Amino acid sequence: MKKLLEGSQAVAEAVSLCRPQVVAAYPITPQTHIIERLAQQVANGELEAEFINAESEFGAASIVLGAVAAGARAFTATASQGLLLMTEVLYNIAGLRLPVVMVCANRAVGAPINIFSDHQDSMALRDSGWIQLYVESNQEAADSMIQAYRIAEACELPVMVCMDGFFLTHTFEPVDLPIQAAVDDFLPPFHFARALDPSRPMTLGGASEADNYQEYRSAQQAAMEDAQPVIEAFDAEFDDQFGRAHGGLLQAYRLDEAQTVLLGMGSLMGAVRDVVDKLRDQGQAVGALRLRCFRPFPAQALAQYLSGAQRIIVLEKAISIGAGGIVAAELRAALHQAGIMTPVESVIGGLGGRDLTPEVIEAVFQETTQDEAGATFRFAPDHVTPDEPVREDCS
Amino acid sequence: MDKKGKSNMPIFKEIRFHGRGGQGTVSAAALMALAAFEDGFESQAFPKFGSERRGAPVEAYVRISSTIIRAHNQVYTPDAVVIQDVGLLRSEPLLRGLKRGGLIVLNSEQNPGGEDDNFRWICLPASQIGEHHLGRPLPNTVLLGALAANTEWVSLSALEQAVTNHLASKGETLVKANIDALREGYGFITQAEEVMA
Amino acid sequence: MDKRDTFRHNVLTSGHRACSGCGEAMAARMVTDLIGPDAIYINATGCLQVFTTHNQQSAWQAPWIHSVFANAAAVASGVEAALRAKGKDTPVVVQAGDGGTFDIGLQCLSGMIERGHDVLFVCYDNEAYMNTGVQRSSSTPHAVRTTTSPPGRLSQGKHHLKKDVISIIAAHHMPYAATATIAYFPDLKAKVEKAMRIQGPRFLQILSPCPLGWAHDSALSVTVSRLAVETGLFPLVELEHGELIGVMRLAEQKPVEEYLRPQGRFKHLFGTKTGAVELRHLQALADARIRRYGLLDADTQWDTARAMQSARHGRGGYASSMPASEEVKNDA
Repeated sequence: MKKLLEGSQAVAEAVSLCRPQVVAAYPITPQTHIIERLAQQVANGELEAEFINAESEFGAASIVLGAVAAGARAFTATASQGLLLMTEVLYNIAGLRLPVVMVCANRAVGAPINIFSDHQDSMALRDSGWIQLYVESNQEAADSMIQAYRIAEACELPVMVCMDGFFLTHTFEPVDLPIQAAVDDFLPPFHFARALDPSRPMTLGGASEADNYQEYRSAQQAAMEDAQPVIEAFDAEFDDQFGRAHGGLLQAYRLDEAQTVLLGMGSLMGAVRDVVDKLRDQGQAVGALRLRCFRPFPAQALAQYLSGAQRIIVLEKAISIGAGGIVAAELRAALHQAGIMTPVESVIGGLGGRDLTPEVIEAVFQETTQDEAGATFRFAPDHVTPDEPVREDCS
Repeated sequence: MDKKGKSNMPIFKEIRFHGRGGQGTVSAAALMALAAFEDGFESQAFPKFGSERRGAPVEAYVRISSTIIRAHNQVYTPDAVVIQDVGLLRSEPLLRGLKRGGLIVLNSEQNPGGEDDNFRWICLPASQIGEHHLGRPLPNTVLLGALAANTEWVSLSALEQAVTNHLASKGETLVKANIDALREGYGFITQAEEVMA
Repeated sequence: MDKRDTFRHNVLTSGHRACSGCGEAMAARMVTDLIGPDAIYINATGCLQVFTTHNQQSAWQAPWIHSVFANAAAVASGVEAALRAKGKDTPVVVQAGDGGTFDIGLQCLSGMIERGHDVLFVCYDNEAYMNTGVQRSSSTPHAVRTTTSPPGRLSQGKHHLKKDVISIIAAHHMPYAATATIAYFPDLKAKVEKAMRIQGPRFLQILSPCPLGWAHDSALSVTVSRLAVETGLFPLVELEHGELIGVMRLAEQKPVEEYLRPQGRFKHLFGTKTGAVELRHLQALADARIRRYGLLDADTQWDTARAMQSARHGRGGYASSMPASEEVKNDA
């Protein structure tokens, strides 16, 4: 049944439907409502799980690491500074091939300290070995939690569901939450073959040297590549069962004969779709492509979707300082390898919570002047608030 | 979902709520969105993004639409502004972006309301009414009643349902008091002002 | 067939790559054999992890996991929570060095204890970062030579006192915390067995001499660890819920010099005036511990008011620019 839910609550309810056995929590805005809701569910007896209040995000990540290594389904969530504090452990979780699922409520990274949304935090973890799904709506956030456990446990890879802080976490919107029995059908109980167990003693996390370390990394890379069809298949299966799909790796919108494609990740793509509709109404051949799965990077699928485009604009909410747009750079490499020489315009915006409104997105589209020679990206223009009306007293 | 006869009219409305931390500003926005949802519309509610401090100025927003809402941007050009604390008028540009002909619902004991070239004003002593019903000068449900009565964007019954659902965990007494406050807000304005479509 | 019924005898089996005379290997062998294979072991980064899991080989015959340096106690918290959720009561044991306990691991350890996880945390205390080549930790006693607390014209080794970690741990309303060392196996055995009978967080600090870092003869590890106790520098104590409930008393106190002489890490203190100040200081610290824990019937034999004074000032091993005689005057 559809309910109007805050994004954090929708995610918490969806996580709860996945029957996690251990939840590790450490508060950080804008993630905190998720773990607060889970804490309440445990307190009410609605969720049967060990709820562990960690002493830091570093501890929270370590707790879910231990829990999954011992064969339990686990959950944690964080953002920004918390994600960076977890970094060492997140690499370790991926290296141990533990199917941990977490939410990153995307938030800017200090300094200066800023609690608002951009993608700088999770993009910093892009090389860590985690699958990263960037969601557009609260519905997709909830559904992606259920898919994430299935993907993680099938691939023995950790999954980070990235949802924009505030834009999604703090927004009430209609969400259709599946019933428990349906989720149980989709997501079988967790059985971890390498779980720590005295009846089958195993050593996890031993030392390795030059003669085999690289093989661990190539195995992770292969697992990531193998995860691409799995992510697509589970999204399709989810669609069959629940009547909703979220694009698997990529979600195309009005790409038919599109000359210009606007590409991006996360909640900003809702406004992009509105802009595409408006421009289409004006006779412009514009479409949108949402990169849902940033890791593994769907290079081939992107090349397929973009082979006919004459203009490609990547809008992204993070910057590799000293280089520029991260998604744009990876897309350029992917297209180049596929023999597609269409230039990719890289537009960075929305940093620290700056709003990428339909007006801004349309302005980005209308900017036709050539980028400065040698420039690899440009910043998006600011949203201009309409003039303030005359203020009058109510008398 | 039982659609109560309005969802066949295509609408898209944006509302901005102004208040101070502790006045239930974010709850008012959530209740409005819940009511619209009850009425069969798509809706969204969200606070001005930031941390909350009791007493500090707070903003919250609502979108109501007959079609799916995809954008997750802040509200810049509202159709209505609800002002829970008249004192904020002195310090904040509360009417910024308000559309011409837009509605202002103001918690005020002194002003009668009215219309000018730009906007329509609805004024009512919502804190007083709130205090009468709730024992605390909480204006939010009273103002929601006034907003509903003067816009017809949501039905009173949907608002009552939203209050009932949203406050269920806080007990029946509080639900009833809020519904009484809501109804008085709704009734107050329909008596004092001619409803504009 | 259960492998354990046939040829496995030790949790930590032979063939690992510890140095000869490694106190930590001895301690770990004792502890894990006392606990047995029906437990889950979590290891912090450090010598024990490195020498037992060399390059895809493992010396562990029980479920064992290593994650990173700082997080062993948090990983154990997660393992324990998972076992609870699954209705299992498999014991959970952390093994860490002093770096993973006193320094980088202290926050996770504090969290684990505060939350009351049913975990035994064992610290093999060899008083420095030995795995990385002997750098000082907050467990290193003052005046010790390490590669990052070298003696020199302005320094007599480490400048600060060894952190009193057992008191920090005990202050967490800790059900059980104790110190032990490899020289007193019956004592160590009793403490491990007692710890395994108690529910909740438990902590053992086991002094584990390191022939490499302490620079003593590999054959002397047990002797040196015994002398640490006999001189009063490492009291063997037990605390329950923060209260001292037992100590290993001393029949007589040996001078600290007997403990310090065989160890190259204290060599720079002998034969110089400034070194003599630090030797007095170390003696004073031993005396202070003997008094604090009531290890002797008589008052300490070697205490001097002046040396105690310098200990109270917390001077650690700071070099004094004054000759010893001047300093004595100054202290008085």
